[in-house]
Amino acid sequence: MIDLPLALHIPDGFLSGDVAALAGVVAIAAVAYGLRVANVELDEARIPLLGVLAAFIFAGQMLNFPIAGGTSGHFLGATLAAVLLGPWLACLVMAVVLAVQAFAFADGGISALGANVLNMGVLGALLAGLLVSGAMSVLPRTRGSFLAVVGVVSWLAVMVGAAATSLELAVSDTVPLATSLPAMLGVHSLIGIGEAVITVAAVSAVLAARPDLVALAPAELTTGTAALQPLGGEAQA
Amino acid sequence: MNRLSTRIFTVLALALAIGLATAVSPFASASPDGLEKVAEDKAFLDQGRLARIQEDSPIPDYAFPGVENERVATGLAGFVGTLAVFAIGYGLAFVVRRRAPRAGPAGGAPA
Repeated sequence: MIDLPLALHIPDGFLSGDVAALAGVVAIAAVAYGLRVANVELDEARIPLLGVLAAFIFAGQMLNFPIAGGTSGHFLGATLAAVLLGPWLACLVMAVVLAVQAFAFADGGISALGANVLNMGVLGALLAGLLVSGAMSVLPRTRGSFLAVVGVVSWLAVMVGAAATSLELAVSDTVPLATSLPAMLGVHSLIGIGEAVITVAAVSAVLAARPDLVALAPAELTTGTAALQPLGGEAQA
Repeated sequence: MNRLSTRIFTVLALALAIGLATAVSPFASASPDGLEKVAEDKAFLDQGRLARIQEDSPIPDYAFPGVENERVATGLAGFVGTLAVFAIGYGLAFVVRRRAPRAGPAGGAPA
């Protein structure tokens, strides 16, 4: 019995060699840039956060919730990672999660790993980085509008991942775009609601406990505690 | 405003992740999810296959090997997997960060 748990995880055999290779190159470039960002910018307090976030996203991806029509979905996590760590470190976190899933749990293909990192990590993380910062530069910089933006963007990130997956399957001649795109977007519009609920709840909890760890939050939401001693070694006044 | 230390925050968040993966995942929905459902409906699911290396996966399909009870097998897989992902994520961040250029010119990362 080979039971392939998928969600958005593409197994081997769905993508042509060209598509898998191209997606792999893009994913590797994003992860390499993420490593460089970590090398230069990662501060002391965020080192454990990177591990914790990867663990939380791995756990969340195991929790399939039922949606309509005998289908389930699960949390993906790219928006959460991008909001807490910034988009490039988020690419790293998602790559760690997806690589462990592929190699240790046979979840998602090996040659398709690049496409999976692209669809479920890089695209969502970069979209969240752009849209959250962009929206907060025009919206009132309050907790409420920040969380609303995070919710909407996390839903969009799931939709973009689903659309990208359909596109890759179409270019690979596995299934025509006109067949898979409406189905993928339909299912993932519901999965995206779950994504938004979990992402908003998690961001709101971190905002309450450690606002300084929410990288994309506007300064107004993180400076309320600035008078307290930062915990990292290299405190800046 | 009450702020948690990084250590306490880490322990609490990790405990939550391990708790969810161990105790809740065995009761998660077993229905086909997103892509799997679409692949089934549009009849391309059977094109999927395991890569050679995945045939020897330590914990295939999120079931800890050698455990009869399915729920226990899933919970164990969640426990081990969450800890492993935490260790790899933490370790990677720690190693990469220690090569920070400001620590010395010997890092050698091309700009």
